[in-house]
Amino acid sequence: MAERAGHRLAEGVRAYRLVAGMWVRSTMAYRASFVMTTFGNFAATFLDFVAIMLMFSRVDALGGWPLPEVAFLYGLSAASFGLADLLIGSMDRLGRRVRDGTLDTLLVRPAPVLAQVAADRFALRRLGRVTQGALVLGWSLTRVDVHWTAGRLLLMPVTVVSGCGIFCAVFVAGAAFQFVAQDASEVQNAFTYGGTTLLQYPPTVFAKELVRGVTFVLPLAFVNWLPATHVLGRPYPLGLPGWLAWAPPLVAVGCCALAGLAWRTGLRSYRSTGS
Amino acid sequence: MGAGRLYAAVAAGGFRRYATYRAATAAGVFTNTVFGLILVSTYRALWDERPHLGGYDEAQAVTYVWLGQAFLSTLAIGGGGVEDELMERIRTGDVAIDLYRPADLQLWWLAADLGRACFQLLGRGLVPFVFGALCFPVYLPADAGRWAAFLGAVVLAMLVGFGIRYLVALSAFWLLDGTGVVQMAWLLGFFCSGMLLPLNVFPGALGEVVRVLPWSSLLQAPTDILLGQADPLPTCLFQAAWAVALLGAGRLLQSAATRRVVVQGG
Repeated sequence: MAERAGHRLAEGVRAYRLVAGMWVRSTMAYRASFVMTTFGNFAATFLDFVAIMLMFSRVDALGGWPLPEVAFLYGLSAASFGLADLLIGSMDRLGRRVRDGTLDTLLVRPAPVLAQVAADRFALRRLGRVTQGALVLGWSLTRVDVHWTAGRLLLMPVTVVSGCGIFCAVFVAGAAFQFVAQDASEVQNAFTYGGTTLLQYPPTVFAKELVRGVTFVLPLAFVNWLPATHVLGRPYPLGLPGWLAWAPPLVAVGCCALAGLAWRTGLRSYRSTGS
Repeated sequence: MGAGRLYAAVAAGGFRRYATYRAATAAGVFTNTVFGLILVSTYRALWDERPHLGGYDEAQAVTYVWLGQAFLSTLAIGGGGVEDELMERIRTGDVAIDLYRPADLQLWWLAADLGRACFQLLGRGLVPFVFGALCFPVYLPADAGRWAAFLGAVVLAMLVGFGIRYLVALSAFWLLDGTGVVQMAWLLGFFCSGMLLPLNVFPGALGEVVRVLPWSSLLQAPTDILLGQADPLPTCLFQAAWAVALLGAGRLLQSAATRRVVVQGG
């Protein structure tokens, strides 16, 4: 059983690499366009940070957090989301494939559908977003006042990778929802783009109910809020224990498993348009 | 009279076309509401820190957020108006069909875009705004005259918004692939219209510059009229001046484009 699952996974990764590689080669046929769109992607995400900088041109703290610490939150959120967006961000096109019937093509190919949909239109230009998040994170690390221990240093890459996993789960769950919703693909933007925007601001800014919702229901808080409050030595608004800062990997695995189930249910319920 | 009926029919078609996709509209309403909730929280934290920032009190800042969410798709500030389709028609050569219709190209697309904008305002803008007004302390004037001036300013904002996007679309006659221009227009529009942050909160000279650019006619001008922060008459004149200038520029560019155009395809 485990052997078969492992085999499926290897097959999926191989299919993903082949499809993504094809899209990279196709992108590189227009190098100037690639450079421009990557820069555009970088600039578009930079705009979010410009809004924060403009706010801090008028105030010294937001919800009690100074600029470097907000930048720290921003960097963690943007880097995790950027990686997820780079890896499987094209999944929000699934609704269109369901509507025009091109999903059928993917179903008859001898490769896992999830891998094919995830790699579909793989867009290397999304490196722009990752780069922007990483730059802000790097800048904030030179400014925040943290007593770095080995554990806290290790927590940084763990947080970014787990955050990427949590956002990937949101993308997959959103795509599964599109089997039912089709036209309503914009709903998932509220959780993907909305989620990363939410996490760029300190939890103290938001109402307690909202913080509870993104901690216990849709656990986006594990992307950066919980690890960051621990590293910065700030209290988390809900008074949760400090060891939860190390929970993100577990949360990510749990989210991905649930999203995988949702995907399976969605795919099984799929009825072709027949065109 | 006949021409007026033609463009009214085109506008009604634009309205009906967008009204067809109900699930997409509901999804958009949901997303705008979620973003509104996030922005309201950050704005309230900002105004807690600095009350009366930019001359707004907290209720006015909250109203600003919900008006922004209502206008985002109405004025196509983040793109998504008829210009996408027009650019595609220019690229594929289908624009030739538009050009030999017994109708003016600019007025045809203006009518279609106004129809779209009216639907987006009613279908997508109204619900998040009402939700915001019910759930948060907002500033709504009791003066009917101010609401009338506000609605006038919204119509002018639709004209200015189309004026900008028509110029963007016509660039496809020269560039064919307008992806880069659309992206630049989107970035500029988002930043300069006040979608990120009200323009009167922008610091120093930057604030003064963005307030005279055409994008300030989109969100900032109607909002300031409703919030009683701006005198309606000069504000509307400012918007009207930009509308005339942009639509005039669009007309010039259109005649230049149609003189030199070599239609793609066979």
